[in-house]
Amino acid sequence: MFFAAFIIILLSAGIIFALVSRSTEAFQEYGIIGFIANPEWDPRPATEEYGALSFIIGTIYTAFLALLFCFPFSLAVALFNGEYFKGKKISSVVRSVVDLLAGIPSIVYGLWGFYAVRPLIIDLGLNAQGFGILLSSVVLAIMIIPYASSLSTEFISMVPNNLKEGAYSLGATQIEMIRFISLPTASSGIVASYILALGRALGETMAVTMLIGNTDRIPKGLLDTGNTMASVIANQFGEADGIKLSSLIAIGLLLFIITALINLVAKLIMKRVARA
Amino acid sequence: MENINNNNGMEPILQLKEVSVSYAPGTKAVKDVTTDIYPNTITAIMGPSGCGKSTLLRAINRMHDLYPNIKTTGDILLKGENIFNFDPMEVRRMAGMVFQQPNPFPTMSIYDNVLAGYKLNGIRLDKKEKDEIVEQSLKGVALWNEVKDVMSKRGSFLSGGQQQRLCIARTLALKPEILLMDEPTSALDPISTNKIEELLLELKNQFTIIIVTHNMSQAARISDNSMFMYLGELVEHGNTTQMFTKPKNKRTEEYLTGVFG
Amino acid sequence: MNISNSIRVRKRSNQLVYWMVCLFSFIAMIPLFLILWDVASKGYKNFNLSLFTEVTPSSMDALLANMNGDPIPGGILNGITGSILIVLLAILFSVPLGLFIGIYLSENRERKFAKAVSFLTDLLQGMPSIVIGIIAYAWAVKPLGGYSALAGSVALTIMMLPMIVRSTEETLKMLPHSYKEAGLALGSSYTNVVFRILLPSGFGGIFTGILLAISRVMGETAPLMLTALGASVVNWDVLEPTSAIPLLIWDFYNDPNLVDLVWSSSLLLLIVIFILNWIAKIVARKWKI
Repeated sequence: MFFAAFIIILLSAGIIFALVSRSTEAFQEYGIIGFIANPEWDPRPATEEYGALSFIIGTIYTAFLALLFCFPFSLAVALFNGEYFKGKKISSVVRSVVDLLAGIPSIVYGLWGFYAVRPLIIDLGLNAQGFGILLSSVVLAIMIIPYASSLSTEFISMVPNNLKEGAYSLGATQIEMIRFISLPTASSGIVASYILALGRALGETMAVTMLIGNTDRIPKGLLDTGNTMASVIANQFGEADGIKLSSLIAIGLLLFIITALINLVAKLIMKRVARA
Repeated sequence: MENINNNNGMEPILQLKEVSVSYAPGTKAVKDVTTDIYPNTITAIMGPSGCGKSTLLRAINRMHDLYPNIKTTGDILLKGENIFNFDPMEVRRMAGMVFQQPNPFPTMSIYDNVLAGYKLNGIRLDKKEKDEIVEQSLKGVALWNEVKDVMSKRGSFLSGGQQQRLCIARTLALKPEILLMDEPTSALDPISTNKIEELLLELKNQFTIIIVTHNMSQAARISDNSMFMYLGELVEHGNTTQMFTKPKNKRTEEYLTGVFG
Repeated sequence: MNISNSIRVRKRSNQLVYWMVCLFSFIAMIPLFLILWDVASKGYKNFNLSLFTEVTPSSMDALLANMNGDPIPGGILNGITGSILIVLLAILFSVPLGLFIGIYLSENRERKFAKAVSFLTDLLQGMPSIVIGIIAYAWAVKPLGGYSALAGSVALTIMMLPMIVRSTEETLKMLPHSYKEAGLALGSSYTNVVFRILLPSGFGGIFTGILLAISRVMGETAPLMLTALGASVVNWDVLEPTSAIPLLIWDFYNDPNLVDLVWSSSLLLLIVIFILNWIAKIVARKWKI
């Protein structure tokens, strides 16, 4: 059993080794900062040059926008399940529905986004093709609602009853109690769950690949097309070799580091909450 | 109940009329309690656990309204007005409550904890008013000297007894008509308990206090009148000294002499 | 009076927020039904026997059928068998390993080494699936000289492992300590206690965890694109490129002639995933500790 546990160590070491060793070519060619800060992604043989900046910006853009869109809905679901209808039958129905939402594969979200949401954006006259940052963040937002809401639900429902009764006994209404007692008490946990959801959004691949429009430059706005770190890998890995392959793997390494850091922060916050 | 200690011959501040509380249809945790409480007295509610004493107390500030399965019937008049004609929120502000477990709000400073009632009720105050209320309330619970230099620390930093006094201060800050206390010292050490008891005797001059306690000697030490409840019924309500020396009811006598409890 | 007036305002805003919470929660649930409706209403047409018995048609055949107004011939048999092959291999690798690691973590909570392993498990669990695809590519595609079902299963194993470790660990942690003590007191060996008492008592939670992990990787596309690649024939050779249902969905999505098959394959995928989730729920309820 100790040996089995040791495999996790080997696995992690192997992961880092694989990513680092296969991305050194790109980092050696362009330099670490040079690779990260360069917005050019040009595969034409004569002017071949690769930089990650466009995709880093595209990733941050879509992920934060998705977080923004999902916020009111996942907070509502968390309050619905963790406070207003805590322990009621209707809350377990909502929970099951949200769980199912989490079970739908990314590629089906992509299909649905392409065939059902994209025409909506075109009809609204926002964008001729429909593809872009806006479309992918809307679908991403729906995809991360389950992650953001299920953890926040736990933290909101963990607010001790004696604090709530204390607030009510001073004459508070339910919303005043929630605003001044429940939410502040559960705030670190809620923040942690949104950070985890952000981590999900950053790494989400298929749906974004199908919806973002796949252009290799810094998106100029909400309605512009772009690429995220995950989507450029998914899109171009198949036909890549040499320095391009190495650059794609380097983007993978960066994505790995970013998501690992984000998860780490969320875990640290939750550990602090658990101890308090 | 003609022997109830009524300090100055005033009108009752609180009148209970056939108050019943049921947690489930058909069963009553409190059965048809009718009695009067007079201003500036301490009334102790005693009885074995499960007798409905806390349930009765929580009916007075309509805490039961928070739980849809709990039904309260009968009338409760506070200063002559039926509390069921008001909003529960108004009632709770007029009848302050202190709980068994000290529950200062952990996300607020000591200062903000005292003002929590105002904040929760959406009442805006200027800095001077705030400072005044905080100082007055904390002095009222003899906590001012202990915390005046650590106002911005969280309430949860204080010791259990200090926390409970902070909770009382938080309640007093809203200037309630009546103070409801649900075994406020049962989670505290004897020294803190003693301090709170002294405090209650002092607060009696300004407020009317109803305290649920399972501690008979506490009831004997601080209360003017005592209520003895058993199986949801108010068995006896009278002058504490008289009740402890010459109980009228056999069950009261048995409880006070430790036959059950 | 001022006070009662402000109380009316406060009660109204209380009500308002209550209804907003209900409304927003309701809106948050709508996409599930829209997606289910979309997939079911468009997918049922091609959801027939040939979906399960025939392999993917060539783009040409589909084009001809489209021109004649016939339904597209063929099905996704190669994807179904491929998914079965890749997922079975991943189960084979990840379940025993995950169980062992989960047991180790729950038995050695306080050790530094266990804490390090637990931390890395968290890290693995948060890893984006596309990155896992790259790793499996580096580990299994390059050294083996090509895309293969095995490489795909390596990717899915890396995804499943942390989920199984966590669910095993959590379940065993919840078992009363007395179980273990009772077993040891009866004189049975430590290994025996773990395998005869702890694992069977935690069966429900552990099995649920495995089922959920399977349902999670069943729909994974990105890592398979980089490892299993896809194939238009039924393949049972673990060293050959192999298709899978999500890979076929991706192919169909990209091929205008085959697009009609996209919905029936998605419908099948959703049905499989929801059935796995449903069984997991039943198991969790039946074998509650």
